[in-house]
Amino acid sequence: MRQLCKGNVAVIKGAILAGCRAYYGYPITPASEIAEAAALYIPQVGGTFLQAESEVAAINMVYGAAAAGVRVMTASSGPGLSLMQEGISYLAGSELPCVIVDVVRGGPGLGNIAPEQSDYFAMVKGGGHGNYRNIVLAPASVQEMADLTVLAFELSDKYRNPAIVMADGFTGQMMEPLDLEYREPTLPDKPWAVKGTPETRANLINSIYLEPDELEEHQREMEAKYMRARVEVRHELYQTEDAEVLLVGFGIVSRVLRSAVETLRQDGLKAGLFRPITLWPFPSEALREAAAKVQKVIVVELSNGQMVEDVRLALDGKVPVEFYGRVGGNVPSVEELHAQVMERIAALV
Amino acid sequence: MADESKNAVVEPVVSNNGYELIHSKSPLFYDLYDRKSELKHQTHYCPGCGHGVAHKLIAEALQELGVQDKTIFVSPVGCSVFAYYYFDVGNVQVPHGRAPASATAIKRACPDKIVISYQGDGDLAAIGTAEIIHAANRGEKITVFFVNNAIYGMTGGQMAPTTLVGQKSTTSPWGRRPVNEGFPLHMAELISTLEAPVYVERVALSDNKNIMKARRAIKKALENQCNGAGFSFVEILSPCPTIWGKDPVEARRWVLEAMVPIFPLNVFRDHKPEMPVNNAPPQRPVPDVLEITPVEGAHGAATGMHAHHFKNFTIKVAGFGGQGVLLLGQLLTEMGMREGLEVSWLPSYGPEMRSGSAHCHVCLSQERIGSPLISHPDALIAMNEISLRKFAPQVAQGGLILYNRDTLPDDFALPPGVRAICIPASEMADKLGSMKTTNIVMMGALLEETECLSPGTAMGVIEDKVKKVALLETNRKALAAGREFIDHQVRIAVTQPDGFAE
Repeated sequence: MRQLCKGNVAVIKGAILAGCRAYYGYPITPASEIAEAAALYIPQVGGTFLQAESEVAAINMVYGAAAAGVRVMTASSGPGLSLMQEGISYLAGSELPCVIVDVVRGGPGLGNIAPEQSDYFAMVKGGGHGNYRNIVLAPASVQEMADLTVLAFELSDKYRNPAIVMADGFTGQMMEPLDLEYREPTLPDKPWAVKGTPETRANLINSIYLEPDELEEHQREMEAKYMRARVEVRHELYQTEDAEVLLVGFGIVSRVLRSAVETLRQDGLKAGLFRPITLWPFPSEALREAAAKVQKVIVVELSNGQMVEDVRLALDGKVPVEFYGRVGGNVPSVEELHAQVMERIAALV
Repeated sequence: MADESKNAVVEPVVSNNGYELIHSKSPLFYDLYDRKSELKHQTHYCPGCGHGVAHKLIAEALQELGVQDKTIFVSPVGCSVFAYYYFDVGNVQVPHGRAPASATAIKRACPDKIVISYQGDGDLAAIGTAEIIHAANRGEKITVFFVNNAIYGMTGGQMAPTTLVGQKSTTSPWGRRPVNEGFPLHMAELISTLEAPVYVERVALSDNKNIMKARRAIKKALENQCNGAGFSFVEILSPCPTIWGKDPVEARRWVLEAMVPIFPLNVFRDHKPEMPVNNAPPQRPVPDVLEITPVEGAHGAATGMHAHHFKNFTIKVAGFGGQGVLLLGQLLTEMGMREGLEVSWLPSYGPEMRSGSAHCHVCLSQERIGSPLISHPDALIAMNEISLRKFAPQVAQGGLILYNRDTLPDDFALPPGVRAICIPASEMADKLGSMKTTNIVMMGALLEETECLSPGTAMGVIEDKVKKVALLETNRKALAAGREFIDHQVRIAVTQPDGFAE
């Protein structure tokens, strides 16, 4: 049955379906409804919700719960995510699975509460210290806020690594139909966890390796894991078969681009849309395929150009890549993107 | 991990004065410290360091309580970062200062296990002040051992929050000066000001008598947890001969003579606090909580087949906060969903709401919705004059403005190709008995004028949302009033163009 649901609330509904029974967080606009939904729903299904004293405490609570082997999550927005970065580095270093939702707002500093995608570098490239990766998923609808949260739990357990759902203010705040199906979640066995049992007494969760050779080996193993995780790429195509211009955008921007593809085609321009769903691993190969026959790639982001670097790396100079970004919480309209594309095509011809 | 030698009975040596002397290490420690890279038979602690004694007392207490298999030891950053080299229990090493936060979540994940947070003074009283205070204040059912040696040991002798006034360190080279660095923090006293903790004591590893007192305090703090009591905290004044530049005997004496006068030994708290009645959340099946199961008696999502005259229809609702602007948008969106349409609702949010102005975008579509952000709405519901002036220029060609007043402002120029209907919805709602139904009057007008959605669906949605019978009746009247106004208005519009500007 479809229910009308807010994106931020859908995150928690997905998390509960995924068997998450532990939420530790701190309020921040535009992500607070995630904590509010967690506070309302999770205790009713026998779980723990706790409002921490800070994002720093919250991410370290996540660390503790993950060490004990339970599915656990937190959510915040830019300033809170900045505070969590040390903890995320520790989680990655200790190979602890968890889900972190970033409902991105305008930055830097206090910025504002309107949508941006300017946390791309911080989430995708890793804003904490040391060699590690985050698995990063980018929802573009309320349904995906739930579905990608479920997927994030699965991938984080599969690779014993933090998985991030990177949304934006609009996707968090908007309401759309949400279709959920209840299945008993299959929770993976975690023999490595520290649970206070005879079987797990010998277990140790840590990220410190004093000997250089040991730390190098640990990092090599992590890197091998990240190589294996590259098969998890996901993307969405729209009207790319005969496209001459490929528009690339993720999250809320992909929604506006999808509408722009339609209006551009009405004006006779064969435009197509490539939407990365996984930001890490980045769907480079699929992008190369989709861009193989186009004359131009135009990347649109709510930032000054962050994902565009990965697009350029993937295409390796084989196709001209242009960038259009809005920041400060401005989300471009369909007409605006239509005009921007036409302008860049005119320059091409 | 079972090891015969470990459980071997150690023959007590009876000394001359009749006391039992046990020359062995606790079986709760690993036999060999395999997690160390070398010198696996000894600890990494310096000779005379208090950590060794504190570890021993904790290990013996855990052994006596018989909880080795259910203990989870959380080690901090500092000299005791490697506590997991020694304790043969489950071990979790955590970031600097955050042990009480991590221990909180471990305990909540494993409520019947014994969770220990072991921290030094930099870890607990400097970088981790917030975490310890809040874990204590929540009354987390964990045991915290706070080893206070008035100095940063691991990093080589920098000033700690507990460094004594005048005490030299590498970062207080002239001695701690309160004018610059403030005074030593008294953590046991601070924590004992909170309501939740059940047990707070300060002990000292200065001499045998005090070490025996420390032994009792450590055991009690762990026993409390075994008994399901709340937060227990033991501050342990501890020698650091290496950094203090003293031999082990001098260092112990310094604990007694220099530290104890500043950090008095005391039981600061030993009681069980009165916990108010706990409003436990109801336990419900997941499908019910997540609203996957249809609510009994509700109209539900599907309300049968509806023909729609549009492919896309977009509505912007704008007004003051408190006029039900966002709710009206949500109701329209819910109706669209129930009529089988693709829908989206996008609000203005945050401080904007608190400063008094609110708007939202509603998309109704036969197809998957691209941008939920509307540049040119087919209909604008302007609940106040500010919204009218601000958003009227955006309305699509051929679009409609519904304005919540009996006339448009004199100086207002209606954009070309847009028509407006003025409807005194607030007054009408007031007459019906509730200004709160102004938005429903506007909804009635919108539905009647545009036929974008069915009034029957509207009543279904309203009946599902409004539980009070009297209020439901007012809403029903409001919806009808809005619709009737349009019927009436259209008739008079022919003769009175003022009310129906085109």
